[in-house]
Amino acid sequence: MTLFVEGVGVLGPGLAGWRSSRAILAGEAPFHPAPFEVPRVDLLPPVERRRTGLPVKLAIWAGQDALAGTDIDSGTLSTVFTSSGGDGDVIHEICSTLACPEREVSPTRFHNSVHNAPAGYWGIATRSSAPSTSLCGHDWSFAAGLLEAAGQIAAGQARVLLIAYDAPYPEPLNSVRTIGAPFACALLLAGSRSAGTLARLALRRGQQGPPTRICDAGLEALRSANPAARALPLLALLAADAAGRVDLEDSCGAVIALESRP
Amino acid sequence: MLQPLVISHYTIVNCLGPGKAATLAALESGRSGLQPCAFEDARLDTCVGQMADAALRPLPDALAEYECRNHRIADLALLQDGFEEAVRAAARRYGAARIGVFLGTSTSGILHTEAAYRRREAETGALPAGFRYATTHNTYALARFVLDRLGLSGPSLVVSTACSSSAKVFGTAARMIEAGFCDAAVVGGADSLCLTTLYGFGSLGLLARGPCRPFDAQRDGISIGEGAAFALLEKPGSHAARACMLLGVGESSDAYHMSAPHPEGAGARLAMARALDSAGLAPGDLDYINLHGTGTKANDISEEQAVYALFGPRTPASSTKGWTGHTLGASGIEEAIIGLLALEHGLIPGSAHTRQLDPAVRLDYAIENRSARIDTVMSNSFGFGGSNCTLILGRPRR
Repeated sequence: MTLFVEGVGVLGPGLAGWRSSRAILAGEAPFHPAPFEVPRVDLLPPVERRRTGLPVKLAIWAGQDALAGTDIDSGTLSTVFTSSGGDGDVIHEICSTLACPEREVSPTRFHNSVHNAPAGYWGIATRSSAPSTSLCGHDWSFAAGLLEAAGQIAAGQARVLLIAYDAPYPEPLNSVRTIGAPFACALLLAGSRSAGTLARLALRRGQQGPPTRICDAGLEALRSANPAARALPLLALLAADAAGRVDLEDSCGAVIALESRP
Repeated sequence: MLQPLVISHYTIVNCLGPGKAATLAALESGRSGLQPCAFEDARLDTCVGQMADAALRPLPDALAEYECRNHRIADLALLQDGFEEAVRAAARRYGAARIGVFLGTSTSGILHTEAAYRRREAETGALPAGFRYATTHNTYALARFVLDRLGLSGPSLVVSTACSSSAKVFGTAARMIEAGFCDAAVVGGADSLCLTTLYGFGSLGLLARGPCRPFDAQRDGISIGEGAAFALLEKPGSHAARACMLLGVGESSDAYHMSAPHPEGAGARLAMARALDSAGLAPGDLDYINLHGTGTKANDISEEQAVYALFGPRTPASSTKGWTGHTLGASGIEEAIIGLLALEHGLIPGSAHTRQLDPAVRLDYAIENRSARIDTVMSNSFGFGGSNCTLILGRPRR
């Protein structure tokens, strides 16, 4: 299965967008994991910026970053959102409320509790009626998203925007499900080569094996602590504009092998 | 165009009972599964489609880490209708790593976390010792459970797009097979009653006071149900000889509102049109439409407009949520399977609890059961966040 990368987005501590992060990811500039700052998401109207949580902001910001500098119309673009679980803050608030005698669940919090909340806000903001899906794959969510995006392209979709995001949970959930720093990335994927092609990816699901790690200790810490950051070795390859191979694990231990050529 | 897939085996459980026969018998005999809500200690003036607790057996010891209501319901479904044996036989033919597992759920095992939050340690706020998150509450837990339960190791994911989740997995399976990542797929969905959805829909004012009454002039909301259903999808010409096939899938986004449908059903109409395109069918080719028909004022009138715009007044249609309740993330495949039962048994199911049709409804809406030859059915599923999915199932086209 062959895919072509036309855009990349990234957001995390010390990684504020693809353009400014490329040298870091390529190993040409040092990685300083500065405390994460929630970016302003221009795509959302002010009222929604206040009402939405970090996962929505991470996903939408990274998606926009991948489209920056392309002439792709987000209003007709199919999207695949993937993350390791729901919005931890919203789940914590709802479960805390339900543990109180009154059980007065906030209606806004309830509709924000659906796993596809980022996709819903993206669709409204971009006025897109294109197909969109929202996936969960626990620690293997990025690999699951890649397979789904590749499947859509195999089925004839010209382009798909894949967005992976994960934010840490508050206590007490953090103790039973620890996700490191917030991280999101996005790949604009196409089925054929174009003037906008950055790289060609060959994708296949194969035998069991260990995942590819990343050399920089700080980036490796981010990769291993946040499921969306399992994408970092691939982003590093794309940043370096280099040929190479990246192995991603899925839940059955199988390897999703990605071979990249500029 | 979609490459049609054979639906070689399927299974269903819900408040009507375990297995295909229980759902069919309830539809045929006019027995709705909705009852006044007595779930846990919920104090809500509404009805639910609750499964009998006695039917939900503890999981086998080897799968104890998955123990929660959602997986008990899923397990019960896997044990009905010879489904587990059919998947194990398929695994011998294709290899366990060549069968994908693509499932839908909305709230997964959140009930387990709700209970843990009531038992937090007073001093530290910590969850009780032994609480398991990854294998119960996490949205992907359902796929892990099914992979382990059936001994499969193919590609897997969980779609969680609220009430369209387990309809969309049919599209995912077709694409994964097309891409060559697997040769066959187990698709399915499970959702279980929990306080999050009961009080959440309550907060939105969307719970019916009595049993839900889809498309009724006096309808006042949904009745939440629970259930699980699974299907085995294979390429045509393979071992499978069964007649029914997945013919088309259409997906769209409303791009309108997080919890309200588009007033004219624009997104719903687009999903149906895309499903027809993917099946290479015209509206006149369909014999029955299983509507999303939740029973809320807004959903039913929005869906009516979308269906009428494409199909006009002639195609028989009904919502079956008055029988099962709204099984949320499981409703996509629950109702796809009700569509298959309709086809196999020549039954257009009526609409339980609907008494007086909303005069705005121009569709040929079946309030009572009808007998008819059915070759092709459509099933609609629309979710929060404006996520729409339409499936078309039927006998192979000649």
